[in-house]
Amino acid sequence: MIHWDCFTLSTNLRQGGKLLQQTRNMKGQSIERKSGINFRSIRSDWQLYFLIFLPIVYFLTFKYVPMLGVVVAFKDYNVFKGIWESEWIGFEAFREIFQMNAFKSALKNTFVLNLLDLAIGFPVPIILALMLNELRVKWFKRSAQTLLYLPHFISWVVIGGLAIQLLATNAGSVNVFLNSLGIESIPFLSENGHWVMTYIGTGIWREAGWGTILYLAALTGINKDLYEAADVDGATRLRKMWHITLPGIKPTIVILLILNVGHMASIGFERPFLLGNPAVRDVSEVLSTYVYTVGIQSARYTIATAIGLFQAIVGLIFLLSADLISRKVNDQGIW
Amino acid sequence: MNTANTVNSKIVDVVLMIIIGLISLLCLLPMVHLLAVSFSSNGAIMAGKVSLLPIGFNFTAYKSVFMHSAMVKSLFFSIFLVALYTLVAMGMTIIAAYPLTKQKLRGRNFFLLFIVLTMFFSGGLIPDYLLMRELYLLDTIWVLVLPGAISAFYLIILKTFFSSIPLELEESARMDGASHFRILWSIILPLSLPSVATLSLFYAVGRWNGFQDALIYINSQELYPIQLKLYALVISGQANDMSIMEAQNAGAPVPQSLKAASIMFGTVPILLVYPFIQRYFISGVMIGAVKG
Repeated sequence: MIHWDCFTLSTNLRQGGKLLQQTRNMKGQSIERKSGINFRSIRSDWQLYFLIFLPIVYFLTFKYVPMLGVVVAFKDYNVFKGIWESEWIGFEAFREIFQMNAFKSALKNTFVLNLLDLAIGFPVPIILALMLNELRVKWFKRSAQTLLYLPHFISWVVIGGLAIQLLATNAGSVNVFLNSLGIESIPFLSENGHWVMTYIGTGIWREAGWGTILYLAALTGINKDLYEAADVDGATRLRKMWHITLPGIKPTIVILLILNVGHMASIGFERPFLLGNPAVRDVSEVLSTYVYTVGIQSARYTIATAIGLFQAIVGLIFLLSADLISRKVNDQGIW
Repeated sequence: MNTANTVNSKIVDVVLMIIIGLISLLCLLPMVHLLAVSFSSNGAIMAGKVSLLPIGFNFTAYKSVFMHSAMVKSLFFSIFLVALYTLVAMGMTIIAAYPLTKQKLRGRNFFLLFIVLTMFFSGGLIPDYLLMRELYLLDTIWVLVLPGAISAFYLIILKTFFSSIPLELEESARMDGASHFRILWSIILPLSLPSVATLSLFYAVGRWNGFQDALIYINSQELYPIQLKLYALVISGQANDMSIMEAQNAGAPVPQSLKAASIMFGTVPILLVYPFIQRYFISGVMIGAVKG
């Protein structure tokens, strides 16, 4: 299982959307092609089906069967009876989760952390990309990019470990250093407000550099003549950035912003889980970690599945609304 | 006016280089600091003297990690797991991608939709978990291999690569009577070796860094991949990290350097392959964004 972070997910979705579109376009083509069938190739076509057989079995087993598995949310799941023999309970589980304070708190935390991520984290790659774009020394730009992309490949476990090593209140290197200057320790990981900032900060540290890639790609598409024309008119670099570069990447910004809003209800598991600790549970427990706590640790499968399903449905509503907004704003959907 | 502009521009260049340089260094510094700590002596760490260079250089922490057999086992298990997973995942992705490039494959559009839909919908954590239990995969190495055997995203990237190979090559092979298996093996694969290598690295890095599935599905210590081991050792702290303390003799490093050394174990392999992936991954992301 590969963990998709927000950024890959967005590319992911766009890719998926492109494919759907391609699929639609292909329909016409495949009909045209039928005239050119030759008999030898028909005989060897079984090989194509042979090749794709195992992948199809894979998707059925590991992707579609679990989709059916959400019926657990509507059943009083009993380990001994199995999924199908367990009794139906209708929407009982959903009624129950809405009476759980911990669930409401996890729901709230999910939105709060995502909103802050968006408000603080979203502009960073844009600013970085704009700055990288202004760099004229090629080797410097390339080396900077190499370093900026690096954190994306470091696992959350390692980042969580790093956070403890660097930011822990008593033995963390940063606080030891501050203490040596006579400054009191900052509770980066053990006080709610500071923890939220640490959460946002580590997210930026890991993904901001990587996030510049799409913007830098959009930047290469801007017509060079525009800059030359602006030079003739005596425009400063700042003005060129404001009037040419920024409008040039505006479509990318808008699409990514809408996609991010569309993912408001979904949150990765590893970042809050690995950075979180009992001291800040009130703000670090989000839907994904709560499903783990309730489902895996307490083995309350019905409740946990109901929470997961609720989150998926809210997520879908957000995504569809994002698509609707995108159609209004961009004249095209996000997929 | 013009000269003033040029001078200003030069200043802006230098300032930008300094800012970007500092930000880039910020990406590296935590790792450098950790490396320094892992090589430093107890006293220096406790006194907070270690910043970016080791003080009281020694290998004690690494020796302790190597003496701790569970850590070494977990390291070797992870290497084996990554190799197995990458092999299975790449094989599955290849045999899925090739037929999907063929217009003749009846139901191709259906298959594509069938695969793309899995990018949008999933059963969720608990249904996945229950399925693994029904299949008796829990607490086996296969639970870390099979569920992630194909990434729909990578599959589409590979399909795009395959489609970019000129059809003429294939048609001439077909004239000579080559079967699809033969075409895939002798023409398509050799020609797309760079992309196959890139995707393999992506799969490998994903598996090496993967944590959540191991946390949920794995119980036995022998099946702990490195990330789960690191979690038990460095973050959760409640696990059997007492055993690593016991393995130490007198004058052994403080947990700080030990933890730092352990974390380096989990990171170094990534840092080693990073330069190789880095050359390709931008094109990989671009395909998702620009092409199509």
